[in-house]
Amino acid sequence: MTELLLIIALAGQRVAIPAEDVEAVVEIEGLTPIPRAADHVAGLAALRSRVLTVIDCSASIGLGRSCIDGPREAIVVETDGHPYALLVETVEDVIEFSGKVRPVRTSLASGWRRVARGMVEAGEDLLLLVDTQALLAGPAAVAA
Amino acid sequence: MEDLINEFIAETREMLEALGGEIVAWEAEPDDRGRLDEIFRFVHTVKGNCGFFDLPRLEALSHAAEDVLADVRAGKRRADPRLVTAVLAIIDRIGELVQALETGESISSSDDNQLIAALSETGDSAAPEHEAGTGAVIEARKSLRSIRLSVDLLDRMMSGVSDMVLARNELARRLREAPGNLAIESAFERVSGCIAEMRDAITRTRMQRIDNLFVSLPRMVRDLAAELDKQVTLEVDGGDVELDREMIEMIRDPLTHIVRNAVDHGIEPSDERVNAGKPLTGSLRVSARQSGNQILIEIVDDGRGIDGERLVRKAVGAGVISSEQGERLSHAQRIALIFQAGLSTAQEVTAISGRGVGMDVVRANIERIGGVVDIESKLGQGVRLTLRVPLTLTIIPALTVSVGGHNYAIPRSAIEEIVRSKNNSVKIESVGGARIAGIRDKRIPLVSLGDILGVEEGSEMADQSMIVLKPAGGDVYALAVDLVHDHEELVVKPAAPVVMATGLYAGTTLADDGSPILLLDPSGIAASAGVVLDQNEIDKLTAKPVTERATDDETPALLFRTIEGAKRVIRLAVVERIEDIPPEAIKRSAGRMRVAVGGRILPLAGCSEKPDGPIRILRLSDGVTELAYGFAEVIDLVSLGPDWQPASSLGEVGGVTLIGGDQVEVIDTYWLFGAHGRDGAAEASRPVCALPRDDGWMEHILRPIVESAGYRVVAADEPQAAEADVVIASADAEIGSVNGGKVLKIRAHLDPANENDDSIYRYDRAGLLSALSTRAAIRRKDGE
Repeated sequence: MTELLLIIALAGQRVAIPAEDVEAVVEIEGLTPIPRAADHVAGLAALRSRVLTVIDCSASIGLGRSCIDGPREAIVVETDGHPYALLVETVEDVIEFSGKVRPVRTSLASGWRRVARGMVEAGEDLLLLVDTQALLAGPAAVAA
Repeated sequence: MEDLINEFIAETREMLEALGGEIVAWEAEPDDRGRLDEIFRFVHTVKGNCGFFDLPRLEALSHAAEDVLADVRAGKRRADPRLVTAVLAIIDRIGELVQALETGESISSSDDNQLIAALSETGDSAAPEHEAGTGAVIEARKSLRSIRLSVDLLDRMMSGVSDMVLARNELARRLREAPGNLAIESAFERVSGCIAEMRDAITRTRMQRIDNLFVSLPRMVRDLAAELDKQVTLEVDGGDVELDREMIEMIRDPLTHIVRNAVDHGIEPSDERVNAGKPLTGSLRVSARQSGNQILIEIVDDGRGIDGERLVRKAVGAGVISSEQGERLSHAQRIALIFQAGLSTAQEVTAISGRGVGMDVVRANIERIGGVVDIESKLGQGVRLTLRVPLTLTIIPALTVSVGGHNYAIPRSAIEEIVRSKNNSVKIESVGGARIAGIRDKRIPLVSLGDILGVEEGSEMADQSMIVLKPAGGDVYALAVDLVHDHEELVVKPAAPVVMATGLYAGTTLADDGSPILLLDPSGIAASAGVVLDQNEIDKLTAKPVTERATDDETPALLFRTIEGAKRVIRLAVVERIEDIPPEAIKRSAGRMRVAVGGRILPLAGCSEKPDGPIRILRLSDGVTELAYGFAEVIDLVSLGPDWQPASSLGEVGGVTLIGGDQVEVIDTYWLFGAHGRDGAAEASRPVCALPRDDGWMEHILRPIVESAGYRVVAADEPQAAEADVVIASADAEIGSVNGGKVLKIRAHLDPANENDDSIYRYDRAGLLSALSTRAAIRRKDGE
């Protein structure tokens, strides 16, 4: 079975996410902050008269908040009727993937371990397959 | 076939709903032919349809009920309560079976026969009579000509229209940024208008008459009352008010609970009511009306009311509040304790309403939909509960504010008022780290939105605005924000769970400029700021009324217009209350204007002649003396600063001050009481003078002088005379056991009879008055 994967750069790493989770890739600017929200929730942004909850993936993985000054690339994901935008560094490519998702055998940093679903082979590279739901939930979800 | 069955189910259910009230009304008035016909028509229709669908159980039940009702219609039987109950049981079973038909459950048929047997337990076995009712069936069908839409579809339409409104707003913004083309703008205007109309129409399709909520009440109240052996009449009003379908569903449970409570705990058994001098039958009134963007639902009973004392005892017992706090609670706060979890006034849990679902749940449910519950109760007289809920969930009127450079929206339903911190009538105090806002005579906790959100405030406290919020009965607080912007109708969307987790927000929305705005949740903020928890604490700190604290440099005062039309101001501290007085109560008597009020005569100032129409008076009191001051109207409550110019001569007006740029005369209350107050002194505190009885000169000539000196006169042979401060006697009279120091002897001759004669000549007015005041002074000293 062929699956489409979106290759993105996240906190200095190239990772893959299932393209079927992704509704759109957009550029986001002018965040409205959400005071007192969890650390990985960067704010709200408007997209075509929808309100997106913006997730800072770097913070979600536990690598600290990324700097959000200028426009940022983000992927739009919808879960339970709520649209989210996941801030990423760059969106590289969409690839077709027909192999098997292999379990992660190495020891990952804890933030990565939480969001990793497995490893996939994309051409030459071995990439981490990241779970968008885990990115949305943020670090607190583990404790809960 | 499937479709037809669904049609049958839906139709039967609609008829059942419509029938609920009819049956109860019929029981109350069994001879009401119209209602009997309605019910008959229902069972007849069901029976007819069942035959068509091959549903033997439904058919048997409806057939039996039809037969009995036909007998009643034909006058062969009377609709006694037992018959009504039996018919109700059948109708209920029909409802259950129809429900089961839809969900595919099965209901035991074992007692169907019992239900049917209950109908005929009269021994009067009338022959079944079939009446042709086809005409009636057609009629019932006709009124139901409408299409059924799935609610999901309506919801999708609504959300589509909401998106359309948002898209239009964005387009409008872009057009504003790049203006120029008139043709495009006018086309946009048209689209905009269409969208607004669509939104209205679709909002309305989701509207349901609140009747849908009310129809089940008569039956419920009837059953409950029968079960509890109470007599209750239910009055339902305003069923045609329309409300968002979703809202109706959200209100259903709270309303049911409140009505059950009212019947179970509120309304007393008949004998108790008779003892309390109330009508035998309890009254319960449920009404709905629209007020602006809100629907008000009132539930009023005339039962025993809520015992605030007992609630306090329970709350103290349950550790919700300390006993000290309990003592300080106002009546309204005591009653509001009923909303605390786990406090129910019923002495024992009953099967009807004591099921662990308390008023706290009712309030939580109403608040969840942006509503408010208010409660009023008079012990022994009943309870009035008011539910205030917004018309719809999706479009709410809101106020936009900003703090730290970002905008937020606050639902308007929770806003009581908006005040500027700079305003004279607002004082901000800091008590043990908490801030309290004194707004006019109220003291309420002050919460800084900046602190709560953890953002830097953009302006000093003094420049901020305060929004007085009332998220729910009683917990009023003020929210300080940098700026207040605008009232807007916002299309609110639920926020993502990660946002809701903060507990501070109720949703998100887009402003006209296209930027996202968070909608604040007033009760969440209160909880986060600890307002709810600290309410009692704050009450303790603020037990003193604000009028006492404000005396440093400013005194609260009443600005009013006198009868002559002048603006004057009087210190609020001396004003006891304001009353309306008919002109008949005012009279010039004994040399001055007086007013009869509340069974007493008070000297009246501020009014030099008998007025033509009713006037208002200020009842003034300095603690001892009371007097009335006539005036035309209250203008405002103001603060009286230390800067005022004294008047050039003593009089009623002590000076002039500036209020709002106007020169206003300040009333000299010291002078006022000095000049008018003397004979208004409270009866008990006046010195008493005993005069001999049957002395014509003393009674008619001396007495008025003594009275004008402030004495109350009693006859010397009355028992009260023993207590008298002064006893006046004729110089030649024998004074018995009375204390000599109190006796004032009056002689008829100008010259004293001898050296030891300390009597006073009867026409020595100055001597007499001075002697009287000396005696009164002695008395006052003794008193101390």
